[in-house]
Amino acid sequence: MRALTWHGKHDVRIETVPDPEIVNPRDAIIEVTATAICGSDLHLYDAVIPGMQRGDILGHEFMGRVVDTGAKSTLKKGQRVVVPFTISCGKCFFCDKQLFSACDNSNPVEKQDVTEALYGHSVSGLFGYSHLTGGYPGGQAEYVRVPFSNVGPIVIPDGFEDEQVLFLSDILPTGWMAAENAEIEPGDTVAVWGCGPVGLFAIQSALLMGAARVIAIDEYPGRLALARKLGADTIDFKQTPVLEALMEMSGGFGPDAVIDAVGMESHGFAPDTVMDNIKQTVGVGADSGHALREALMAVRKGGRVSIPGVYGGFLDKFPLGALMEKGLQIKSGQTHVQRYLKDLLDRIREGELDTTFMISHRLPLEEAAEGYHNFRYNQNDWTKVVLKP
Amino acid sequence: MAHRNTGYHEGDDTRGSPEMWRVVLFGAAAGGVYYLARRTRQSRRQRPADSAPQYVRQHRSGGYAVTGRTVTIARPRNEVYAFWRDFTNLPAFMENVRSVDVTGDLTRWVIAGPAGSEVTLETRIVEDRENDHISWRSTSGSDIDTQGSVSFRDAPGGRGTEVEAQIAYVPPGGAVGRWIAKAFQKEPAMQGRRELKRLKMLMETGEIATSSNRRPNA
Repeated sequence: MRALTWHGKHDVRIETVPDPEIVNPRDAIIEVTATAICGSDLHLYDAVIPGMQRGDILGHEFMGRVVDTGAKSTLKKGQRVVVPFTISCGKCFFCDKQLFSACDNSNPVEKQDVTEALYGHSVSGLFGYSHLTGGYPGGQAEYVRVPFSNVGPIVIPDGFEDEQVLFLSDILPTGWMAAENAEIEPGDTVAVWGCGPVGLFAIQSALLMGAARVIAIDEYPGRLALARKLGADTIDFKQTPVLEALMEMSGGFGPDAVIDAVGMESHGFAPDTVMDNIKQTVGVGADSGHALREALMAVRKGGRVSIPGVYGGFLDKFPLGALMEKGLQIKSGQTHVQRYLKDLLDRIREGELDTTFMISHRLPLEEAAEGYHNFRYNQNDWTKVVLKP
Repeated sequence: MAHRNTGYHEGDDTRGSPEMWRVVLFGAAAGGVYYLARRTRQSRRQRPADSAPQYVRQHRSGGYAVTGRTVTIARPRNEVYAFWRDFTNLPAFMENVRSVDVTGDLTRWVIAGPAGSEVTLETRIVEDRENDHISWRSTSGSDIDTQGSVSFRDAPGGRGTEVEAQIAYVPPGGAVGRWIAKAFQKEPAMQGRRELKRLKMLMETGEIATSSNRRPNA
């Protein structure tokens, strides 16, 4: 089959690789009909997430048709499914608590040693990501082996286009959980750093959850325009000092809740970002965290901090004093995708959520490398890339 | 407001020479180190034993290398015990065990060694309490002198069964011995940790997770 493979920093290629097979009883093989490039794929593209190996197949947002099933899969050949990027067994303590991205049993044992050393515990397997999370071959390919297929994939009824439901795989539930983690109360002002796809879905979700006002922060006019279209106010951090603006716009309070939808590759020209980038370049496992530092400073006393943005290592100059002295709460985590699928599919059906407005480009899988390059370097125009095998 | 000097910053001439301060600081540091060492020695004698298993802080005991690990499995205690008690199940999650042959209380193990070699081990059950504890010891005909045990406890909060495995062994001489020592001692807990996690996967989900998308040897 054809698949997008990783070969190092800014080097991804379409190659011919062996087709996947059923390996374990609950596996299913999916023929991919649509897949997307995620912002977190750019962390791999930029080689700032440890644990990648040459030849790894990328992609964790995908859907398709079931073409083969293991003896204990509950799926049927021919069914159309969206596959969560988190791989979860459905049987362990964590799955039982609906903490699917903390699944104990989906990350292969031999991959867990390093993750345990880095994070204290191993975390669930993820498709198309680092070997810290299993090194599972991903969905930017013609076919994918889906383990625990009785737990993850959601069967899509007729009447939905692929593009309407594709983002159930990651960014829609991720934006939704980001807003849920902000524990929004009616009348709240919520600030969102980053108007990429996750930030945009977090904005939509926050408004649905009753936020009186959402303030979106980015530097790209194209992305800020999308946020405005959803009903958010916006701050262009290239021309406006964000902290000061947020204080003034919230009557001196600061936002009640803040959402960092940027993660470890925060950019711009703040002094802390420059230092962070130097450390990332020399490879000492440092995350760039300007957005998060700013969010912690901006949020009101007793406020809530939600971090859907991806971090992989350590962050310097973390304003722990602001966290403690202002009495803040932080919630974060890889998305527990399976928890939200049914509810979000219903909301798409009801027209409450617009899931296609952010798609800027559609490419054949063969042109995926070009998609990566543009998604990375032309962020203003390339907001979301869907690939068709 | 104008800046005012406080008394604290005044009177530099009374501070003494830098050399004198260096001597005083060195003396204080040396005294501190001596005091701390003495205190640590004393307090270690006075400390009561803590509740952690002994293998957490001690990796050698009477000539044996010791390692151990605990895992919680979300299955009932009798089920986990029964699975382990049938030693022929163990190769399913112990990657180095090639085969297991049980005759009464005696078990013969063939374990994968370095460069395609094999190590033979014969063990005898020393103690077997149903749903609670199994311990074993190698017989004199084994390549390795080893003893081990596994305990099964109800986990709190209905989380299933806590399985605690411990193994102690004296590595033999020669190339095989060096290989075993390396395999076990380089990362003493790693092998046990991996095997218990595989057991957990097998018992909780019925399969052992792999990211390979091709069957082995397919």
